[in-house]
Amino acid sequence: MTMRVAVTVNGTEYARDVEPRLLLIHFLRDELGLTGSHWGCDTSNCGSCVVWLDARPVKSCTVLAAMADGRSVHTVEGLERDGQLDPVQEGFIECHGLQCGFCTPGMMMTARWLLDRNPDPSEAEIREAISGQICRCTGYENIVRSVRWAAKRSKDDR
Amino acid sequence: MQVPSHVEYERATSVEHALSLLSRPDTRVLAGGHSLIPMMKLRLAQPEVLVDINGLAELAYIKLAGHELRIGALARHADLLDSAVAGELFPIFHDAERVVADPIVRLWGTVGGSLCQADPSEDLSAVFAAARATAVIRGQEGDRMIPVREFHLGPYETAVGRGELLAEIRVPVIPGAGSAYEKVARRVGDWSVAAAGAVLRLGGGPGQPVIETAGIGLTAVGAEHFVAAEAEEFLRGRVVGAESFETAGAIAAGHCHPVADQRGPEDYKRHLVAELTARALRRAAGRAAVRAGAPA
Repeated sequence: MTMRVAVTVNGTEYARDVEPRLLLIHFLRDELGLTGSHWGCDTSNCGSCVVWLDARPVKSCTVLAAMADGRSVHTVEGLERDGQLDPVQEGFIECHGLQCGFCTPGMMMTARWLLDRNPDPSEAEIREAISGQICRCTGYENIVRSVRWAAKRSKDDR
Repeated sequence: MQVPSHVEYERATSVEHALSLLSRPDTRVLAGGHSLIPMMKLRLAQPEVLVDINGLAELAYIKLAGHELRIGALARHADLLDSAVAGELFPIFHDAERVVADPIVRLWGTVGGSLCQADPSEDLSAVFAAARATAVIRGQEGDRMIPVREFHLGPYETAVGRGELLAEIRVPVIPGAGSAYEKVARRVGDWSVAAAGAVLRLGGGPGQPVIETAGIGLTAVGAEHFVAAEAEEFLRGRVVGAESFETAGAIAAGHCHPVADQRGPEDYKRHLVAELTARALRRAAGRAAVRAGAPA
């Protein structure tokens, strides 16, 4: 049995007939073709699948697509605006914030959320914010530097 | 790839609507979903119908009402961690919420969901047991009040029956009380190896504080109803101090029933219970002294 699920993703409305048991990460990747969000541990431990649901980060392997019906989702594909990378994306480039890149989309979505609430986070606050996410390359130092870079860049721009 | 079994999905538009949906057999309440959905993915839970209550804003609140702190079942862990009134009256809530899962999961997981999941390793059950809270269970016939200490019937089983919904948790505010929670876990986001929570009301004269009442909750160590009842009884009327707290810790360790698993052997867990109980009592007493205006 399927149900109609309508979700606004990065400002675009999508509707699909899906099984209620379908997880949001698979809805995004397999139904909508938005493969920027990565499907990692499947147990809500690694955080590579983090997207925003109604403006709050969530591990999308642990939410049903049905729960997102009528709501808005933001994914890594939506970070760039009018051809302009988000400062967080620039920070990951500038500070070598990724090695294999698998954890990166989730890290960046959490980083953007943190900076929206706390534009000048300390290193400890950044580490706390990403503490539920795993970089298996263990590149945490550079991830933290990347987020600090983005914070400084945004500050300089204001 | 972990895929839940086939399931029907219903979205509740009001508490009354939720209660009527929940009267169907084999339904489960879907709140944050961060315990239920992993259980469904492992096929440990295979409900026929999910009733999504995430839209019920009337169940998402934290407020002071008379001499009670009232927490709506749909309040998120992050809400409790952010609540100044909860942190002021019950530092134990903030101690515990800092170590429940991780910051992203805490944005979704709910206070009521944690209690209803009734996992033996779940932190808030011990916290609310220590605080002698009451669960408000709503049904189509009205509300039932069940002490949290009687809420859990066993692992993954609670007093919430078919057609009912946990609506609220009420925590009695004890003037001048101090509280604390101490947990040992292997890493961020993991369940406790063991944890202990304490809520203390002190009395007695200046310079010689005594314990009027103690509430002690234990997590993940097989304590009946998450409570260290014998240690609580021992502490009643005792002088505040390391000796009382260490003896209480030893009593708590002797009366719980931890099992060896990948998080550690039984003797290590008992050691943790003794140490964490004493630490939680010490911090709770220190905080009570600060609230009473005396040096800690």
